This record gives sequence, C-alpha cells and structure tokens, in this order.
Amino acid sequence: MDAARFAAEIEQHRRYLLRVAQLQLRDNDLAQDVVQDTLVAALSGSRGFDGRSSLKTWLTGILKHKVVDAIRRRAKAPVSLSVLDDEASLDDFDALFKANGAWDSPPADWGDPEAALGQREFFDVMEICLEKLPAQTGRVFVMREVLGLGTDEICKELAITANNLWVILYRARMALRICLDENWFGAGAARPKPG
Amino acid sequence: MLKRLLGHTLMCREASRLLSRGEDAQLSWLQRWRLRAHLRVCAMCARFETQMRFLRTAMGRYRT
Repeated sequence: MDAARFAAEIEQHRRYLLRVAQLQLRDNDLAQDVVQDTLVAALSGSRGFDGRSSLKTWLTGILKHKVVDAIRRRAKAPVSLSVLDDEASLDDFDALFKANGAWDSPPADWGDPEAALGQREFFDVMEICLEKLPAQTGRVFVMREVLGLGTDEICKELAITANNLWVILYRARMALRICLDENWFGAGAARPKPG
Repeated sequence: MLKRLLGHTLMCREASRLLSRGEDAQLSWLQRWRLRAHLRVCAMCARFETQMRFLRTAMGRYRT
C-alpha cells in the first residue's frame, strides 16, 4: 500500500482513537497529543502492520503504549487516589440486592444481545455509557477492555491493589449493564429497529 | 460434611462479583464450583453472566 493511501486509511480511525484516549485520560488536550503521537508512530512504522489484525486493532495497540507513556509522565501529578477510593466501594450497587443477597432489581432478559453488534448506533450508545461512568472507573475499564492491558499492568501503572481493581471493574460493568439496559436493550429504550 | 466443606450457599450478590472477577482472574476451584451450582438454579444470575460475556465481546468488537 502506498504511503498516501495508508495515511488516509489511518486518518479514518482518528475519531475512534480520540474517543478512547479521552475516555482514558479524561483530558482533551492530552488526548489530542497522544493521538497525534499514535498516528505519527503508525505512519513511520507502517511496515510493522502485517495485516493479520485489523488496522484499527493495530492502531489501538500503538495507542495503548502512548497512553501508558502519558500516564507515566503524569505520574508526578498522579490521579487522585482519594477519588479512586470513593469509586472503589461496592456500596452503590447494594441497592440492587436485598439484604439477604438475592437480586432486588434482577437483570433483564436481553434476548440475543449479539445482534446489536451489527448496528452502528449500538456503539454510539455504548460510547455514551462509557462517558457516563465515574471518571476513574471509566479510565480503568477502558485500560482493561479497550486498550487490553493486563490486570497486573493496570495495578502497577495506577498504583492500586488487585482488590481495588476488581471492585472498580465490577462497578464499571454493573453501571454499563444498567446504562445499556436503559438505553438499548430495555423495553423503554428508544433503540432503532434492525433492518 | 460436604456442605460444611463447601460453605454457605452462594447468593446473587456474591455470584455477580465472582462473575465479574472471573473476567479478569482465574477463580479458585471452590469459587467455580459454588458459582456453577448457583447458576444452575438462578436464572437471574445466568442472565447476568450472559450480560458480562456480552460486554467483553462488545468491547472487543469496538476496538476491531
């Protein structure tokens, strides 16, 4: 593939990369810089793209390293650990359960949820749900599920314990599940009909 | 004896936490055993399990 075409194809993923960087860094200027670095690195390292993964996946891999670099540079002004402590509590979701631990607000039946994956609008809703997560919770979830960092790596970079991490990821999944239920899968959700 | 060894019956709150944790770490033999036993009788947690798996799949699709 010639350089101009490769550059054009990469450019198509700028918006996605920016969204992910913003979701993780929660800082627009920094996210812009990180995405710029990612695109420059992708262009200069285009021979590293062997076509075995999708271009988007390959770019996500580069973005991952750039985001981790940015976190490390920012480590002198670390994320507020007290905020993280607030978000590392399980209390909020206790209301979903009765005192004896049984569901009080049980999960709804989503039918065949994978059908949603074919619809672009689903991913718009998912991005909105990701944005609505509490900041630190969202940052951790994006590191784990979009950037694909291992749990050990996340704990190390953010200086949190494995137990903190599990609680935060549980909270993120719980909140996303509820958001998707309200805005896509639930009976009251105004999702577009397929086809 | 077996009951004492395996501990109290798992409730939904704990089952949901284990289902999330299982996405990130290998659960112990005992945790898996108790979780499977619970999921066999709890349709609500089985739905929750489906939703957890779906989230992982959806995020995977988002980045490809």
